[in-house]
Amino acid sequence: MALTHHDERTTDVSRQHAELAELAEPAEPAQPPTAGLASQSAIDREIERIQADEAASGLTRTQSRLDFAPYRSSLLRHPTKDLHHADPEGVELVAPVFGERDVDPLEADLTIQHDGEPIGERIRISGRIVDGDGRPVRRQLVEIWQANAAGRYIHKRDQHPAPIDPNFTGVGRTLTDDLGRYSFVTIKPGPYPWGNHRNAWRPAHVHFSLFGTEFTQRMITQMYFPSDPLFALDPILQSVTDPAARDRLVARYDHDRSEHEWLLGYTWDIVLTGSHATRMEQEGDDV
Amino acid sequence: MSDQHTRTATPTRPYAVPGVLVPTPGQTIGPFYHYALPYEGGELLVPPGTPGAVQLHGTVTDGAGAGLQDALLEIWQCDPAGRPVQRQGSMHRDGHTFTGFGRVSTRRDGHYSFTTLEPGPSAPGRAPFVAVTVFARGLLNRLFTRIYLPDDTDALAADPFLRSVPEDRRPTLVAAREPDGSLRFDIRLQGDDETVFLRFPRQEL
Ligand SMILES: [Fe+2]
Repeated sequence: MALTHHDERTTDVSRQHAELAELAEPAEPAQPPTAGLASQSAIDREIERIQADEAASGLTRTQSRLDFAPYRSSLLRHPTKDLHHADPEGVELVAPVFGERDVDPLEADLTIQHDGEPIGERIRISGRIVDGDGRPVRRQLVEIWQANAAGRYIHKRDQHPAPIDPNFTGVGRTLTDDLGRYSFVTIKPGPYPWGNHRNAWRPAHVHFSLFGTEFTQRMITQMYFPSDPLFALDPILQSVTDPAARDRLVARYDHDRSEHEWLLGYTWDIVLTGSHATRMEQEGDDV
Repeated sequence: MSDQHTRTATPTRPYAVPGVLVPTPGQTIGPFYHYALPYEGGELLVPPGTPGAVQLHGTVTDGAGAGLQDALLEIWQCDPAGRPVQRQGSMHRDGHTFTGFGRVSTRRDGHYSFTTLEPGPSAPGRAPFVAVTVFARGLLNRLFTRIYLPDDTDALAADPFLRSVPEDRRPTLVAAREPDGSLRFDIRLQGDDETVFLRFPRQEL
């Protein structure tokens, strides 16, 4: 059945488009008219002000701010009340189990899903996933999705007039090994424009979806490539207001993982939040 | 690990806990996840028509009351006996294995629907609930909440977590039993009747 799934993934791009056409149209066009949109320099000033205020407060946030107006879509979509403290209980203290029944090993290579080779720089992205106590997250699901080398997604709502690559879908899945390691072969995605403000461009990135050993560690994030000139201009990356915290989203070029006449290696390690189950056991042991 | 995740933390920074690695930041799921994360059968934890199957559905809305067409919900729950399930197969349902995990994207109007079994209480004195994670374009990190089952009002009244929530906000955590037997649970990201979202210990958010 795993192979069946892989076969499904190798459907041609036009059929995927037909399926995606059934998705709802966006409420606003992906690239609305520029009238009324803020300029990049206005966005830059907003970001600067928030980050300066936060630096002055002495409170270093290590996560993205939910309330971050320079990312316009967040205005109506962030909670305004404090998150409520909850001690995880029952099902929250474990995570869903995924395994060979769920994931085909071939899904970790995004360059072999079609008849031909995708266009772009072939790369490997690999690293380790650990929890907040440094313990490897073993045999757990990792999912990625990304634009092609031209900055175009296989998605109905992506209106960017860049070419679709018939040999690249941009979706991968894998399971970590017993040391918490993962590895994907793909092509380097391109930057792409979006409608947040005038002349807004996302730095090249790969979306990552991660599970830990308990449900409280569930997270989705984005991985960036080193030295991208768009970093400072991007409200989504800058919603992580602390520079050291932002660096944790940037992979490093790793020549030891590059392969002779074949691909370039990037390493990106991921830390999930601390788990609770073991800690409670330890506390129980002390009693 | 790389030196990006140092083990030392400055004690004057309340979000960093000494001796603990600093977690990688979460980021928004963005608008383009539809072709990557939802999968066939993701919303069907059991096939419709299974004895005990219930439809769990509702709408995800923003601060203006508009439905989100690009929110992804995941649920994770105990089985009817109150036991967490630890079985593979959530991504390729075999039609009879209950894995306790489901994933669905909202539709154009913000509506979502799962078909599942009702979880039992995980411990005596605890009201049964379904754990939920919310992802969306415009939401810069995931949010956690819980869907409590509405029927056992004594259990709801006695539950220690629910008692910790201000009484006027408690109803946002409890599903409504619809006349057709389904469970309705709306998620409001912002506003006066905003859903109660959770912060677990050891988490900044
Ligand atoms: Fe993206």
